[in-house]
Amino acid sequence: MNKTFNQKAWYFVIPVFVLVAFNAAVPLMTVVNYSFQETFGSNVFAWEGTRWFKEILHSERFHASLGRQAIFTFIILLIQLPLGIFIALTMPKKGWGVPVCLILMSMPLLIPWNVVGAMWNIFALPDIGFLGNSLNSIGFDYNFTQQSGDAWFTTILMDVWHWTSLVVLLSYAGLNSIQPAYYQAAEIDGASRWDIFRYIELPKMKKVLTLAILLRFMDSFMIYTEPFVLTGGGPGNATNFLSLDLVKMALGQFDLGPAAAMSLIYFLIVLLICWIFYSLMMKDEART
Amino acid sequence: MSLELKEVEKKVGIETHIYSTNLKLEKNTINVLLGSTLAGKTTLMQIMAGLDKPTSGEIWFNGENVTGKEVQKRNCSMVYQQFINYPNFTVFDNIASPLKITGINSDEIKKRVGKVAELLKLTTMLNKKPDELSGGQQQRTALARALVKDSDLILLDEPLANLDFKLREELREELPKLFEDRDCIVVYATTEPLDALMIGGNTATLLEGNVVQYGKTLDVYNKPENLTSAKVFSDPPMNIAEINKSGDKFTLTDNNVQWTSNVNIKDGNYKIGIRPHNITTYKEGSNSVEINGKVLISELSGSESLIHFTNGKLNWVSLSNGIQQRNIGEDTKLHMNVDEFLYFDQSNRLVNHG
Repeated sequence: MNKTFNQKAWYFVIPVFVLVAFNAAVPLMTVVNYSFQETFGSNVFAWEGTRWFKEILHSERFHASLGRQAIFTFIILLIQLPLGIFIALTMPKKGWGVPVCLILMSMPLLIPWNVVGAMWNIFALPDIGFLGNSLNSIGFDYNFTQQSGDAWFTTILMDVWHWTSLVVLLSYAGLNSIQPAYYQAAEIDGASRWDIFRYIELPKMKKVLTLAILLRFMDSFMIYTEPFVLTGGGPGNATNFLSLDLVKMALGQFDLGPAAAMSLIYFLIVLLICWIFYSLMMKDEART
Repeated sequence: MSLELKEVEKKVGIETHIYSTNLKLEKNTINVLLGSTLAGKTTLMQIMAGLDKPTSGEIWFNGENVTGKEVQKRNCSMVYQQFINYPNFTVFDNIASPLKITGINSDEIKKRVGKVAELLKLTTMLNKKPDELSGGQQQRTALARALVKDSDLILLDEPLANLDFKLREELREELPKLFEDRDCIVVYATTEPLDALMIGGNTATLLEGNVVQYGKTLDVYNKPENLTSAKVFSDPPMNIAEINKSGDKFTLTDNNVQWTSNVNIKDGNYKIGIRPHNITTYKEGSNSVEINGKVLISELSGSESLIHFTNGKLNWVSLSNGIQQRNIGEDTKLHMNVDEFLYFDQSNRLVNHG
């Protein structure tokens, strides 16, 4: 068969190239550019090679914030996944309760992130905030602006409040796709509630849960806005997570070189973990 | 062993799903529940299994009232239209699952699973997981799960409905053999009259929550108690018309087609039911009568031909052997086999057949 050659179709791809170039490729390459140079004012640059990368990789400050970040994400996943699944299991399957629950569950997800931070900041203030004041009045010495444990507690509580709904909604969708016949069949077999969860619900929810883990990992690992508004990384450096630290370094101290190197390392870590996770998921998929 | 439903009724809200039903199923029988969707087949089965409680009425099993007894404590198994297996178990573990709960030792489990797997041609699949199997194999696994424990009651809820034509035929032939030497009651729900005929045993025809007729499958087919039962047990749908009898002369009220027959009923007005295969493009039987029709649709299905035709107000279907090509709108002559007519009185009861 003779193909007619008409290269005009390429013109249609140009807008995409331009868009991707400006929102991804160009900024990323700028960062790469910074990461290998020392930046002085008035556009004077000096070549530094891999110095910033080495410095960052050996810097205790980076290790500390990476550690904080890892612990935070780990705790978040540990709380939100089981809690989300549990809430989804207890949600009604039909009747007027369904829309009510779904709307209530979606509400936190609809609130802008900085508003969530501001809300929780006020909510948790030890003197006038409802949470802070209540905790203090029943005898707890609670002050998230001064005690690092309290700051962690508040940040985690805020994130659980904000994001558990996502896990709930995904799990609920997964649960709803299970045909009632599965439950009946298990009942006839004499399976217990736990058996039904372990051998029917959990395997059937596998796909949505993988998605939930992936999304919650990425979001919590890159968390910025809410702790920025809530604690600003404090007290001290207690809740200074990776992205907070990065912004402090780049904009606060104007260390563009190290900050660029750090953001590339940060980016690669997220990419690597997601890639490992994704390929594990796909491997499982290919088998079935 | 017997399963008896005594005036069982099921209401959900203001809707009645099952109207008061009496049904007695004897041991070692296959019982077909035949009816269209929403006829109440599944509800009836769930009540039999104990997955659902009747609103009123009682269920007796082996002379014991089991109405409120939980499904876990009854000895029954069920196969569904969807292929229901534990998704992350191998075929072996799936089949073994009902046995493991009862705490039988593993050698015995292996032996019994092996036996059932062989019966259902699953021996080479035992290490695979359900989603690696074809639909037919998944349903075989589900059937094996139902057969592996010696249930007193095996419920099959349209088990072949989701299978491809070929697989359905194959499994349908095997099914009656699987239950042959078993000491249990089998209940099989289906929407297809052909299933009922091929499986044999007993058949209950259902319509809108009522059991219309229950009896030996062939009896129900040949001598439907009433027009409803005849309609349920006919595919393609039964052709129905008003007739008038006077002496040995019979007349179709709509179009004056006449025939003579020595059927022994009083003179008067009746309804007749004619199964599509008793209206053919060729003469069949010793007493046949011609009817003209205008072809609406003509469908060929393998070795049979369906011709939908109209004659006056009548809108009928005929089913002939072989390939009988007719064009749409064509006028055609068809033959009705008078000996196979079913006669119903004005209250739709069967008064005579043939």
